Amino acid sequence: MTTATINGLEVHVDEEGFLTNYQEWTEDLAAVLAANIGVELTDEHWRVLRFLREDFAKQGETATIRRTSTVGGFDTKALFVLFPKKPAKKMAYIAGLPKPKGCV
Amino acid sequence: MKRLLILGGGTAGTMAANRLRKRLDRAEWEITVVDQTDAHVYQPGNLFVPFGIYQPHDLVKPRRRFLPDGVELVLGEIDRVEPDHDRVLLADDRSLPYDYLIIATGTTPRPDQTPGMIGPEWRRSIHEFYTLEGATALASRLADWQGGRLVVHIVDMPIKCPVAPLEFTFLADAYFTERAMRDRVSMVFVTPLDGAFTKPIASKHLGGILDDRHVALESDFMVERIDAEAKTLVSYDEREVPFDLLVTVPLNMGADFVGRSGLGDDLNYVAVDKQTLLAKGHENIFAIGDASDIPTSKAGSVAHFSIELFEDNFVSHVHGRPMTKLFDGHANCFIESGHGKGMLIDFNYDTEPLPGKYPLPGFGPFSLLRESEANHWGKMTFRWVYWNLLLTGKDMPFEPLMSMAGKEIEVAS
Repeated sequence: MTTATINGLEVHVDEEGFLTNYQEWTEDLAAVLAANIGVELTDEHWRVLRFLREDFAKQGETATIRRTSTVGGFDTKALFVLFPKKPAKKMAYIAGLPKPKGCV
Repeated sequence: MKRLLILGGGTAGTMAANRLRKRLDRAEWEITVVDQTDAHVYQPGNLFVPFGIYQPHDLVKPRRRFLPDGVELVLGEIDRVEPDHDRVLLADDRSLPYDYLIIATGTTPRPDQTPGMIGPEWRRSIHEFYTLEGATALASRLADWQGGRLVVHIVDMPIKCPVAPLEFTFLADAYFTERAMRDRVSMVFVTPLDGAFTKPIASKHLGGILDDRHVALESDFMVERIDAEAKTLVSYDEREVPFDLLVTVPLNMGADFVGRSGLGDDLNYVAVDKQTLLAKGHENIFAIGDASDIPTSKAGSVAHFSIELFEDNFVSHVHGRPMTKLFDGHANCFIESGHGKGMLIDFNYDTEPLPGKYPLPGFGPFSLLRESEANHWGKMTFRWVYWNLLLTGKDMPFEPLMSMAGKEIEVAS
């Protein structure tokens, strides 16, 4: 586990830069994380990010694209427009949540 | 008399019935298993059927044969669980009361969940191998296929036996090579994940394995629909992957009755405590095997390791004692890599697959994250182990919790 200094704050991150401590995330930090990967946050982005944060607090797992669509009510195609190419990873990265799980 | 009801007589349900029958007093406890059919399929064998390595009849035996005396098998379709009334209703209106309920109804491929998958091309140019019917149909298709563009595809995670699509790819490469037609087949691996291997260390060791076999990778691909007429996969971000032969892994979902009973998440998996498998919000319902939402692989090895601990926990719980055998998410999978070789991975909730050796008294050691013939034979021997030792709960030389013994620790770069 390493730490990184983002926007003057020291935060814990994994080897790919995903925040590993739910509490260390702030809304200001999100804007910096988004800029890191070329995403400019709009109200629609924020609605998705708030859903992800709240869902993680309840479930203890980062929501998948499918869950964000079926439970959060967001259109999957729209998620691909908001967070191009890799929405699951990008959403988690900006929301300060663990990278969605793979297997091997 | 207390009644334990186990829904599902597959790998997890059968193991639990055998282990708990030995632990629960016969004068005090009745145990009943409910399943739709009496046919128990050795599911890891489905992978080999398309290539003619196993025949369908090699993989099916009667469920009853693996349930001990003192366990009743009820055949019927489950309509719903009524947790407030401690009973299960079957589709034919039978009602089965319980004191404790174990849900072990697994996960199932659902081709109906992707538009265009089921239609005129289903089991013609669009196939799957996770059911015995599908694997058998694919065997016929491959036997007279003249070549073209083979696309191996995963709709979404989680899936049962998450390494099986890669194994299928490796075996297909070997199959076409051995039939001297590999040059007439182009292969593409299409995944919703960001690579064939997503964990850093496994990716470092195995990352080149698709390139070595001349298999193209299409990653981060979330399928929106299949255009069966144009024989094309279409993603949400409007990428298209054409195919002549598609071998897809449909969306996996838990049983529909779980959703109808208000016990499931968006994919009908039962929300449980990941260390004890007790259903959240219920004191007398557990979910074991693939039916639960624990964040590890949906695999027989996970069912096996977790049930060894669950057995003690269940006995403690029904006697009002705390559950102390906490599961760590331990999974262990042989990965068939073709040409008589295989690999092995061993991991848990917190430790990703690492290289090294996996010590196994009497059999091992096996190589981790490396190809070897011993790993292949481990995998092929497992069918015998499954029927003769695993299901009926005989002692095996595996440790339920993951061990670091033999593993090489390295820092991911």
